[in-house]
Amino acid sequence: MSKDSAIVAHTISVLVANEPGILARVVGLFSGRGYNIESLTVAETNAKESQSRITIVTKGTPMIIEQIKAQLDRLVPVYRVRDLTVEGPHIERELALVKVKGVGEKRVEALRLADVFRAKVIDAKSDSFVFEVTGNTDKVQTFIGLMESLGLVDVVRTGIVAMSRGGEAL
Amino acid sequence: MFRRAAKPPFCGTFVMKEIAVLKPEESATTGADLLVKALIDEEVEVVFGYPGGAVLPIYDSLFKQNRLRHILVRHEQAAVHAAEGYARSTGKVGVVLVTSGPGATNAVTGLTDALMDSIPIVCLTGQVPTHLIGNDAFQEADTTGITRPCTKHNYLVKSVSDLARSVHEAFYVARSGRPGPVVIDLPKDVLMNKHEYVAPPKVAVTHKSYRPQTQPDPRKIEQAIEMIANAKRPVFYAGGGIINSGPKASKLLTQLVHLTGYPVTNTLMGLGAFPASDRQFLGMLGMHGTYEANLAMHGCDVMINIGARFDDRITGNLTKFSPGSKKIHVDIDPSSINKNVHVDLAIVGDAGIVLEELLKAWKAKQPKVDQKALKAWWAEIDGWRGRNCLAYKPSKQVIKPQYALERLYHHIKDKDHYITTEVGQHQMWAAQFLKFEQPNRWMTSGGLGTMGYGFPAALGVQIAHPEALVIDVAGEASILMNIQELSTAAQYRLPVKIFVLNNHYMGMVRQWQELLHGGRYSESYSESLPDFVKVADAFGARGLRCDDPAKLDDTIKEMIELKHPVIVDVIVDEKENCFPMIPSGAAHNEMLLGPDDKQSAKVSEEGMVLV
Ligand SMILES: Cc1cc2nc3c(=O)[nH]c(=O)nc-3n(C[C@H](O)[C@H](O)[C@H](O)COP(=O)(O)OP(=O)(O)OC[C@H]3O[C@@H](n4cnc5c(N)ncnc54)[C@H](O)[C@@H]3O)c2cc1C
Ligand SMILES: Cc1ncc(C[n+]2csc(CCOP(=O)(O)OP(=O)(O)O)c2C)c(N)n1
Ligand SMILES: [Mg+2]
Repeated sequence: MSKDSAIVAHTISVLVANEPGILARVVGLFSGRGYNIESLTVAETNAKESQSRITIVTKGTPMIIEQIKAQLDRLVPVYRVRDLTVEGPHIERELALVKVKGVGEKRVEALRLADVFRAKVIDAKSDSFVFEVTGNTDKVQTFIGLMESLGLVDVVRTGIVAMSRGGEAL
Repeated sequence: MFRRAAKPPFCGTFVMKEIAVLKPEESATTGADLLVKALIDEEVEVVFGYPGGAVLPIYDSLFKQNRLRHILVRHEQAAVHAAEGYARSTGKVGVVLVTSGPGATNAVTGLTDALMDSIPIVCLTGQVPTHLIGNDAFQEADTTGITRPCTKHNYLVKSVSDLARSVHEAFYVARSGRPGPVVIDLPKDVLMNKHEYVAPPKVAVTHKSYRPQTQPDPRKIEQAIEMIANAKRPVFYAGGGIINSGPKASKLLTQLVHLTGYPVTNTLMGLGAFPASDRQFLGMLGMHGTYEANLAMHGCDVMINIGARFDDRITGNLTKFSPGSKKIHVDIDPSSINKNVHVDLAIVGDAGIVLEELLKAWKAKQPKVDQKALKAWWAEIDGWRGRNCLAYKPSKQVIKPQYALERLYHHIKDKDHYITTEVGQHQMWAAQFLKFEQPNRWMTSGGLGTMGYGFPAALGVQIAHPEALVIDVAGEASILMNIQELSTAAQYRLPVKIFVLNNHYMGMVRQWQELLHGGRYSESYSESLPDFVKVADAFGARGLRCDDPAKLDDTIKEMIELKHPVIVDVIVDEKENCFPMIPSGAAHNEMLLGPDDKQSAKVSEEGMVLV
């Protein structure tokens, strides 16, 4: 039986053939087997070979995480599955667009905090801003949290993309 | 693994470029003709199918040739089960052809069954023309969507130029690694468009992304040998993976077991992997397994699992499962490893290849087994054997189902025979009372437990082995689920024998209701049964009935002698329960041995929610 039942989050990179239905296969596997998806991103990364890279953040006991990786690897159009959380240091980034509406003090404060977080203003009206903020989940979360009292009206996030540190490819 | 004779195991996407293709005008044929050609190149001999609008072009192509034999079933579910029986009894890929919409949805149960039991199937489904996909067109269903979770892989072929390649790839995927069902969805326009043929590649190539691991890590073989050699209370636990690997794996398993002198047990799916009459065989293990097999599993110090998946019918209560053992697990599918049970040594590879390596290493090392410990272990096992756990109370008044199977076995054992089953008590009694000396002789629905599997599966077996005696051990409830296939049996003169153990109950359900639900037999009585003898007659088969233990032998002999499909309605004891039984949620050493045991066992609340 599982010796360790602590639930941990893992960031998993999956290199797949970019063919119809591939995302449904991956998502269906998670829903069908009752695994969690905390975040999922996907886009083509190699047009010549028609390959996409999926980054999944999932949670589970070590035995479940092992299962998730084995199940993913078993899908016919999957080239490789890597658990970035266990395979050495890696970097995670996400991007959020944050819309804030307000005037006067609040507007100035929002802009000041955006500067601290190195968020870019990508749209501005006399009573609103859209900020683009990138960083790890913590930073993005904190920034959004701060905007709440300053007139936050809308947020959209990409979910996490991740990569190992150093010169090795996936 | 499933291999074609003298054919490379694979074709990959990029390879196709390396193959000289004829110019369209020289060889262009319709998609349907290409499909038939591709099937022939994959050495397909039989297709089990049912026509409809979307696959009419394929039926037209079939009409114009005589290499492929088409067997017309009476329900698409039966087509898949027949293909499963064909596949399991031959080691080849079973092929199914159904139309779009209802044809495809009817096949879903069969596909799921094949997925759960790792049976190699290629199922061709018709689809509405590409320009109508998504329009709720007539007989449209999202077949790739519906079958995604119940296939190993599936394809929607959108262009005739991809057709032949997809077929070759599908066969490779179905038969290699852990075998399973593959669906190819074929829009009607794709079947009618023209293109040149693409043959399977001449040389083996690797698939771009799918690469099952068949060769084990040599270091792990060393470690395994050490663990096996140092065991004091070992047990081999061998499953369906041995059958999947091919008959050679069974031979090698038998050699290794003999060389070590260790005991061996088989799962329901593994029956026949090791000869049942051998002294080292403990019988089947699990929920309805033998006392000796389950206690050996519970008390062993080294468990050697080869090609079995620690199914819940085997492990019972996971926290109490074989608590003191080191476990070795050999499996071709990494996702089977550490799924339910944490193991100490995992070897990913094909069972046959791993067994070959283990044997080589064992012979080279000649390790000294602790014979004293082994002798003591066998003495303990023989003590358990002495309980004679399959014993039942004989009767002169009523036919006991166990007696019926003992007599059946007596009459068939020297004949070339194959057994299939439906699902229920009769299936478990068949597993306990019929002896399997060879692989590929036993076809049963283990993982999905599909009532209605056995009869169509038997038809598939009979097609593959026309001279053999093929018997479906059935229950009176299960047989009604695909009884229409009597018409198929009649059409093709398939002399399959349906041996119905008629207890007038969904016996397995009744047993659980007796043991777990206070004897409230809710909806489990087989009310308004047809007269099976008349049913047989109506379909042009032969019907026999027996309710007298004294006449049973004669009935069985008559059944065997008839060169027709036969239903034998054997009226058996209604109240008989299947023992031994490990109640849900209990451990191996908490099994019920017989009816008098039931008071002592209290099924826990956790056990009650389990199935
Ligand atoms: C009413 C009922 C009662 C049942 N009671 C019992 C019972 O008492 N006892 C029992 O045993 N079963 C019982 N079953 C069946 C049970 O549900 C499972 O189907 C069965 O136990 C699984 O058998 P298996 O472990 O051999 O695995 P299979 O389902 O046969 O799976 C094979 C395993 O081997 C691997 N494999 C495949 N090919 C290869 C290869 N070439 N090399 C190496 N590995 C390979 C696969 O990856 C998989 O892990 C019952 C079923 C029903 C319907
Ligand atoms: C398609 C399907 N529906 C329901 C079940 C649940 N089930 C398992 S065994 C059984 C009863 C089978 O009765 P019968 O065929 O008479 O066999 P017996 O147990 O009496 O030998 C049922 C309903 C099943 N396994 N498959
Ligand atoms: Mg019955």
